[in-house]
Amino acid sequence: MRPKRLGFTILHRAAILAYIAFALFPLFWLLKVSITPNDLLYGEGVRMWPSRSTFDHYVFVLEHSDFPLFFRNSLIVSLSTAFIVTALASIAGYALSRFAFRGKFWIVGLMLLTQMFPLVMLIAPIFKILSPLGLTNSLTGLIIVYVAFNVPFATFLMQSFFDGIPKDLEEAAMIDGATRFKAFRQIILPLTLPGIAATLGFVFTAAWSELLFALMLISGVDASTFPVGLLSFVSKFSVDFGQMMAAGVLALIPACLFFFFIQRYLVQGLTAGAVKG
Amino acid sequence: MTEAARAPIGRDRRPFMRRFAIAAEPYLYSAPALILIAAVMLVPLVIGISYAFRNVILLDPFSGGFVGLEHFREMAKDKAFWLALRNTVSWTGWSVLLQFVFGLILALLLDQPFKGRGLAQALCFLPWAVPSFLSGLNWAWMFNPVIGPIPHWLYGLGILPAPDNILADPKLAMWGPIVANVWWGIPFFAITLLAALQAIPRDLYEAAAIDGATPFQRFRSITLPFLAPTIAITVMLRTVWIANFADLIVVMTNGGPADRTQIIASYIFTQAFRRLDFGYASAIAMVLLALLLVYSLLIVLLRQTLLKEA
Repeated sequence: MRPKRLGFTILHRAAILAYIAFALFPLFWLLKVSITPNDLLYGEGVRMWPSRSTFDHYVFVLEHSDFPLFFRNSLIVSLSTAFIVTALASIAGYALSRFAFRGKFWIVGLMLLTQMFPLVMLIAPIFKILSPLGLTNSLTGLIIVYVAFNVPFATFLMQSFFDGIPKDLEEAAMIDGATRFKAFRQIILPLTLPGIAATLGFVFTAAWSELLFALMLISGVDASTFPVGLLSFVSKFSVDFGQMMAAGVLALIPACLFFFFIQRYLVQGLTAGAVKG
Repeated sequence: MTEAARAPIGRDRRPFMRRFAIAAEPYLYSAPALILIAAVMLVPLVIGISYAFRNVILLDPFSGGFVGLEHFREMAKDKAFWLALRNTVSWTGWSVLLQFVFGLILALLLDQPFKGRGLAQALCFLPWAVPSFLSGLNWAWMFNPVIGPIPHWLYGLGILPAPDNILADPKLAMWGPIVANVWWGIPFFAITLLAALQAIPRDLYEAAAIDGATPFQRFRSITLPFLAPTIAITVMLRTVWIANFADLIVVMTNGGPADRTQIIASYIFTQAFRRLDFGYASAIAMVLLALLLVYSLLIVLLRQTLLKEA
């Protein structure tokens, strides 16, 4: 029994390590090319680490390209979307968690429906609606669209976090004379902070990554987000791999930071959400 | 009591109004979200459905007329559409299958307690945090023989006759986006399946072990039945989602070479974005929606049967 057990343990650890290598290798490669000097790029193309390294590509991207602007746009869009969605999803999720009411079935059904149909179907009509309002080629328009797309899932996520908090807490506060909204704000919200962090992070990452609607709704450089900027950069200067990958690494940083911060809570939230969904 | 501040309408102290205020409370809380969803998703959805029967071309002032089923007749003759439909099936099928198999294996591996599990879990799930357009670009670069290692490895292993870019090879190109999608999507399956695994009562396994069940028997008669409902719902959601997921293809191949990686979702995007033919794009989107609805219905029925048997 003993050697078999040891064999199993070795196999198990090896499998985990193999998967981690598979998961991290593309990211490692991105980093590696981004610090390889141009003259070594082709000669040492498949070497695991360049014989010399440089930060020139980063300096160029930060100082001589529009990427700082794209970065700023993406940050504005993603942060605004994340905060608005979380605020709306908190109160809607609270309603779904705490009240039994006639419209609940229809509201949940409606939100599930929005998860089912192809969003590409909305590209054309949304463009036609936003265009006369002057909301194409504007960050505001993009924020409105992203908020609507992310609210349903965020609501389910917040609902599952509220479900985990006992009802007695706000009932006690209400007996003591607080209104329900006051109890919600002062007692329930502070207890849900991890859930709020998870929702913020989830929505931020989703907005940071969105490409198709940004491509369709934004045409000028001034309002381009990071994905659009990176893609146009790729089609225009498709030979400058070092600079593209340096830009890629920069785009990766905020999303990964947020993910590390919220990963644990997200697993809990998805668990509860998936059971209901 | 500070009833007056309860809800905007609650200021009126008549009992009927108060009852109304209490009944309206959940609707007030969910109203902002619902109004936004209706304005940005439902109204455009209805308009989109109407476009499918109209001739809508952006920047063309003479377009907009009712054309009935013209778009659908055009679609029936459109070779690119049928090719995209076949591509969608293989793209979705392979992506979901591989993501599921590897996601399940990863979840089973992470379900065992070991030292450093928290860190291993965070690292294994990291690909999911990578923005999808960026993982598309990253994999496109990895497949590029000039700066990426993959063609050289495949050549060294004797799989490729020369270290070429598989994204430029009509026969193999689809595997590029599929590999990127599998890499990116395994964590989602692993997270949901891991959560389901951890919900299985441990004493069931102990009892089975005492009765002399082999690990494989335990997996088949305890783990699988417990996971089945989760698997059904996750596979369904992911299939719908991946069938609609055009980012990776738009970024990596833009549907090429020779439309061999064009899926329905990226074809819709091409029609709307490059040809500005919104009418035809909406008609195709409606067909995709109908197919996905039928598929989801089948899975839901299958899940009901599974739950009844369990």
